[in-house]
Amino acid sequence: MYSFTYAKPASVNDAATEFSASEDASYLAGGMTLIPTLKQRLAQPSQLVDLGAIADMKGISVAGGTLTIGAMTSHADVAASADVRKAVPALAALAGEIGDPQVRNRGTLGGSIANNDPSADYPAALVALGATVHTDKRAIKAEDFFIGLFETALEPGELIVKVSFPVAKRAGYAKFPNPASRYAVVGVFVAETAEGVRVAVTGAGPGVFRAGDLEEALSKSFSTDAVKGIKASADGLNGDMHATPEYRAHLIGVMAKRAVQAALA
Amino acid sequence: MVKVSLTVNGSAHSAEVEPRTLLVDFLRAHLSLTGTHVGCDTSQCGACTVHLDGKPVKSCTMLAVQADGHQVTTIEGVATGKDLHPMQAAFRECHGLQCGFCTPGMVMSALGIVTRHKDGLDEATVRHELEGNLCRCTGYHGIVNAVLLGAKNMGVPIKDSKAA
Ligand SMILES: Cc1cc2nc3c(=O)[nH]c(=O)nc-3n(C[C@H](O)[C@H](O)[C@H](O)COP(=O)(O)OP(=O)(O)OC[C@H]3O[C@@H](n4cnc5c(N)ncnc54)[C@H](O)[C@@H]3O)c2cc1C
Ligand code: FES
Ligand code: FES
Repeated sequence: MYSFTYAKPASVNDAATEFSASEDASYLAGGMTLIPTLKQRLAQPSQLVDLGAIADMKGISVAGGTLTIGAMTSHADVAASADVRKAVPALAALAGEIGDPQVRNRGTLGGSIANNDPSADYPAALVALGATVHTDKRAIKAEDFFIGLFETALEPGELIVKVSFPVAKRAGYAKFPNPASRYAVVGVFVAETAEGVRVAVTGAGPGVFRAGDLEEALSKSFSTDAVKGIKASADGLNGDMHATPEYRAHLIGVMAKRAVQAALA
Repeated sequence: MVKVSLTVNGSAHSAEVEPRTLLVDFLRAHLSLTGTHVGCDTSQCGACTVHLDGKPVKSCTMLAVQADGHQVTTIEGVATGKDLHPMQAAFRECHGLQCGFCTPGMVMSALGIVTRHKDGLDEATVRHELEGNLCRCTGYHGIVNAVLLGAKNMGVPIKDSKAA
């Protein structure tokens, strides 16, 4: 690891100030992506701004049909939260299947979406549920937030404070996990929301995307039968040592069916 | 340099460290607690697992300064004097180890499983929740049996299992 200076601000404002005080600063959440990156010397920030002491960025609340989760809330806390399990059980289930118990104890919602790994689980939930990402500067709709491979709408130094999720009528998530990392080879999140049925796919392409044909079929009938005949196209999907584009396309159909099953359970 | 003050296995420690010092290196090099191992550089093997405020974390993927003001428990803090903790005893009893390299992390993860499932535990849950720990020797079967036996001896009801 290259050396860096370290700051641990206690408020969102102080974090932004610390960030801009240094030429090449980086925010540190749970470190589950950032620290391995630093260990490999793939990044060289001059300063780390640790978000671990900012109380305003932690916690879970439900009010008026909206579930709000602080950016620094760990995956384990989301998975175990009685509020999340009641409001959007699929989200608690998703958080409980990220990585392994140790990763879930440190990894955070904010860190996961800021990183926007193409195989990360949370982006599918945010897009399917029509969530809003609240930063220290503005509110960004999930679909405008995730731009592409490891790329988001965040400006340099912009800090994710929390994410709000409209409570869906029902929702389900299913992923085919990579057996080593548990990242999604393909993950599909289906949600019946006030704006209709929304389906988001992660792991399959360079970034999370909505699946229009699945949405259309499920709008007509929210059932496993409705998605049966739908074949996703392999065009533009990822191919690597874990799965070919064709196999990923096939998995979209299988995961969609399992996600609908989970939503109906 | 930054100052780190933390409690490790019940004793308070303070030291000046470089911000880039990993918690695992602090434990091993500064405190000579070499029971916590490093088995990979991809945050996947779990040999470095310790408890931070009672919860299992990978100490190779955490800076020592991030533990400032917190409580850390390592494998050295688990036994009472010369008496093995029931979970350690179960690993010996069930042949839950061969070379022993992964064992400290396995025991710390196993204790996390017991904390999360005080009301009852089954084999499938143990296998699922050991996903953050890799073993190159045993094939896991003895480890899973050890966790179930250790949990049982700690008072956890074991559901539908032949093992414990
Ligand atoms: C072994 C392993 C297995 C994993 N398996 C999965 C899996 O199955 N599915 C999955 O989805 N993920 C998986 N992950 C990733 C994990 O879910 C973490 O959430 C993710 O790595 C981000 O980590 P973090 O929250 O600790 O953020 P960090 O690593 O601390 O930060 C990541 C990036 O986000 C930036 N950042 C962090 N917080 C904010 C914020 N509030 N505002 C702006 N920028 C911010 C940081 O500057 C950094 O660039 C795995 C990780 C590991 C190590
Ligand atoms: S040494 Fe920490 S996970 Fe391998
Ligand atoms: S006993 Fe050798 S690695 Fe597990």
